[in-house]
Order: sequence, then C-alpha cells, then structure tokens
Amino acid sequence: MYVSSMYISKDLVAASAAPMVLGILADADSYGYAILARVRELSGGHIEWTDGLLYPLLHRLEEQGLVEATWGEAENGRKRKYYRITPQGRDSLAEHRRQWRAVSDALKETWSNVKEAAAWAARPAEGMAT
Amino acid sequence: MGRAPRGRDGNVKTSDAGFEAQIAQWREFILKRRGVVAADADELESHLRDQAADLQASGLSPDEAFLVAVKRLGAQDEISREFARVHSGRLWKQLVLAGADAPAPGEGTQAPRTELRWVIGLAVLAAASFKAPALFGLSQMDDPDFFALNAALFFMPALAAYFAWKRRASGRTIGVLVAAFVAGAALANAYPFHSGAQTELLTGLHLPIALWLVTGVAYVGGEWRSHSRRMDFIRFSGEWVIYMSLIAIGGGVLAGLTAGAFGLFGVDTGTFIVEWLLPCGAMGAAIVTAWLVEAKQGVIENLAPVLTKIFTPLVAALLLALVVTIPVTWTGKPMDRDALIVLDLLLVLVLGLVLYSISARDASEAPGLFDRLQFILVLAALVVDAFVLAGLLGRIGEYGFTANRVAALGENVILLVNLAWAAWLALGFLRRRRTLGATERWQTSYVPVYLAWAVAVVALFPPIFSFA
Repeated sequence: MYVSSMYISKDLVAASAAPMVLGILADADSYGYAILARVRELSGGHIEWTDGLLYPLLHRLEEQGLVEATWGEAENGRKRKYYRITPQGRDSLAEHRRQWRAVSDALKETWSNVKEAAAWAARPAEGMAT
Repeated sequence: MGRAPRGRDGNVKTSDAGFEAQIAQWREFILKRRGVVAADADELESHLRDQAADLQASGLSPDEAFLVAVKRLGAQDEISREFARVHSGRLWKQLVLAGADAPAPGEGTQAPRTELRWVIGLAVLAAASFKAPALFGLSQMDDPDFFALNAALFFMPALAAYFAWKRRASGRTIGVLVAAFVAGAALANAYPFHSGAQTELLTGLHLPIALWLVTGVAYVGGEWRSHSRRMDFIRFSGEWVIYMSLIAIGGGVLAGLTAGAFGLFGVDTGTFIVEWLLPCGAMGAAIVTAWLVEAKQGVIENLAPVLTKIFTPLVAALLLALVVTIPVTWTGKPMDRDALIVLDLLLVLVLGLVLYSISARDASEAPGLFDRLQFILVLAALVVDAFVLAGLLGRIGEYGFTANRVAALGENVILLVNLAWAAWLALGFLRRRRTLGATERWQTSYVPVYLAWAVAVVALFPPIFSFA
C-alpha cells in the first residue's frame, strides 16, 4: 500500500486538486485511473485522494470548459472516458501557477525569518500514520 | 444494464463470475443515487476494473481486489453527493429526460421519438375534432348543448387511441373501445331529448365518467381484470387531473395575455380565444397531459398523494364540523337541492382522498396516525352521506321521483356502500386484523360499479323518464 509518512490536510488537498489535474492533463491526455496513479507518483505517495471524488472534479472542470471529454476504447476493448485540456484550461492552469507561486514565495519569505521552523522541520515525524 | 462478463485478454484474469456479479451489484446501487447517471457509472466501473486488475496483478484474489478497489473509490453517498453538486441541474432535468432519453427497459412500449409524433398527431386530431361539427353547421355559440353533451367525445377517443397504441392493445380490445365510443356517441346524440331536459344534463354528466373508464381499458392495455392495473389507472387519473389543472392555469394566463396584448392595438381577439384557443387548446392539452403523466411516472414523487396528505386532515375537520352543524341547523324541511349537490361533491372528494392515499401508501407499513385520521374522515363522511340520503328521500317523498333525484339517490347509495365497507376494512386494518391490500382490492373491485351506473344513467334514464 501507499505508506505516507506525512499527513496533508483535507483543505490543502482540495485546493491543490484542480491545478494538479490540469497540470497532468497539460502534459498528456489521460483518464481517471491514470490521473490518480500519476498524482501518487508525483507526490511520492503523500497525496492520497478518495479515488471516486476525482470524477466529480473532472466533470466540474468539463462544465467550466477547462477540459473536454471523449469516450474512447481501452486496450482491453472496454469503454473509457478520456480527458483533454482546452486552451481555457491552459489559461486557468497558468493563473493557478501564478497564485501558487505567490503563496509559496510568501510562505518561504515568512518562514525564513522563523528560526524554530527549521528545527521543527528537521524533527523526525512522530505519532503520524504509518 | 446488466452486461455479460467479457473475457479479457492478457494474463490478468478478472472475468470471474463472482467478480462480475459484485461489479454489477455495485453498479446497480450507485445508479439508484440521485445525481448519478449511467455514463458516470460507466466511468466509475471502468476505474474499478482498472484498479482491480492492477491489484490482481500484484497478487490479490479477484474478491480481495474488488473489496480494496471499492474501498479506495470511497463511499457511494459521498461520491454521488459530489456528482449531484456538480450537476445540480440533473436532479431536475431527469424529469424531462426520462421520457426522451432513457425508456425504462423491458417495458415493451414504443420508441420515444415515435411516441412524441403520436402524441402531437393525436392532440391535433382532438383539437380538430372539436371544430369538425362546424362543417355541419353546428357552432359553439348557437348549439352549446351539443358541445356540452359531446365534450368527452372530442378528446377521449384520441386518449384511448394513444394508450391503445402505446400498450399495443390487441385487436379485440381495440374493437371493444371503438364499439364503446360509437355507442356513447349514438346514445348522446340519437335520443330525442326535450329542450332543457334533466336527462340530457344527466347524460352530459355521466357520459364522460363512462367514457373515462372505457379509456381506462385502453390505459391498462386490455388487462382490465387486473386489480393492480386498475390501481395504476386510478393513480393516472389523479395525476392527469392535477396536471390538467396546471396546464389550464397556464392556458388561462396565455389567453388573458393574448387578449390584453392585441387589445392594445384595438384588435378584438375575444371570438378567437373563446371559439378556438381555449377549446382546441384544452382538447390538445388532454392528450399532452396524458403523455406527460406517463413520461414522468416514477421519476419524481407523484403529486396526488402529496395533496392527499395535506387535505385529508383538513377535509376530516370540515366533515366533523358539518356532522355537528347539519342536525343543529336542520329545520325539519326537506333539504335544499343545492345543499345536496354540495354535500355530494364533498363525498366524492372524500372518496378521491381515500383512493389516492391507498394508491400512494406502502402496503407493508403498520397503521399509523394518518390511517386513524383517514378512518375518522370516512366515518364523518358516512354520517354526512346518511344526512344526504335522508334529505333526498325527504325530497322524493314530498315532490315525487324525477330523473335528477333518482340519479342522485343511486349515486349516494353507491357512495354509502363504498364508504361503509371501506370504513369496516379500515377498522380491521387499524386493529391489525386485515392488510391494506383488502382496502385496495375493495376499491379496485368497485370501479365497474361506477361504470355500470354511469352507463345505466346514459342509456336507460332518458327512455324511462321519457326524455324529460
């Protein structure tokens, strides 16, 4: 299984879900199961989604016109729904990146002034889910 | 939506019967959720299969793989809630789509597109048939009696034709329907009624009842012996009345706006509205309404039972108040004719409430507060009916028999018998000696009585009372 040594809060996961999906689709067209696999791979297993909730998210992005979906056929002959990012989706992804960079820069700036933060970060994880 | 297990190529073996059954069951459950449509289930199923295949490749048995995959997918209500949030429109749109998009499988009815064509064609036919008498010099203004007498004959044949087509009625059923409508038309129009005759008015009132029940034979596709199909027709009738009322309100608004808008420019649309828009619209609406009721059947909760729940306590209170008021205010004189008519209408309403509350109730539920309320309603109705009967007999004793009084007497006796036995059965149900099925069966068994009485009034009363 995916053993995570770090817990990422629900809010953070929710906020990062859309940009992450858009980013993965910007790389290549994909489908639900493969997107999830890629998320695990990219986050080193730290980000665990409830698999089923990816699909409503994809549908929301589709409704917003950021991705488009087509039914295709999988290697094994079954139906599979593929998603592709739209030009609007790429714009939205760029906007997400600007925002995340701003947030992350601000956080870095804040924390570089806090000495304890470094000590806390270096501390080995205790009492976390293993 | 059961799909045959399909053999997969490659070295991963998931096409095991147990696994397929589990997937099918999972799919069935998620499809029952609001906001999840077949395409979503397809997508989720595809995910489950991919996940399970990977898990099996890493050494799990198909059963284990299924369990882990489902667990990882998350709780069904959480997923479906998210779907519903994204597609909130779906919760509403299903109402329309169900007819056009997803015909209930295995119902053995007709294709949706063809159906719409039939509905429109028959609606136009019903509307046109209202204007057909004009070709023979009969106008709505000069011969209102003719139109009142034949009102049901303008749209019910089209309605029956729609159901006969939809249910693929047998030749024999179609023969019976045609014969019944021809006989109805012949009786209404061949009898030499005196001008303003009571019997003519009675025919005008009872012919629609008889023909509506004949239409019911088409509705049940000729299976008129089946009690559950009869109950379906009763449900349909209630919904039809409600939808027809809604459409009538819309039609009224439209007519008012038409008159107002053209009035601004000095164009008088009065004749057009009264002679064309309203009658033809009503005839067409009768057919479209039937289609609407059919299309939304089962997709959302029906309205008739909801209204029943609201009005049963109110009508029970009204009847209890009447039970007290009538004896207190009674002067000893035979009851006024108008009073009798109002009370009769009230009793018909009670019967309707009883019918629709049965039609909507889950028969396996134990008797509750609502059933007690309904029992009180029926008891109060029985007392009121007894007053009405006494009043009627008083009038007959004083002024003798007329067609109107005999018809009213017959109807009250029919209602009294129905309500008395219904009260007895309801008592048995409350005391848990009987099931609700007994009440339901009693009501569906009683339907032919209405037909027989309506036919008797239409066919026998005019000659018996010498067309007066």
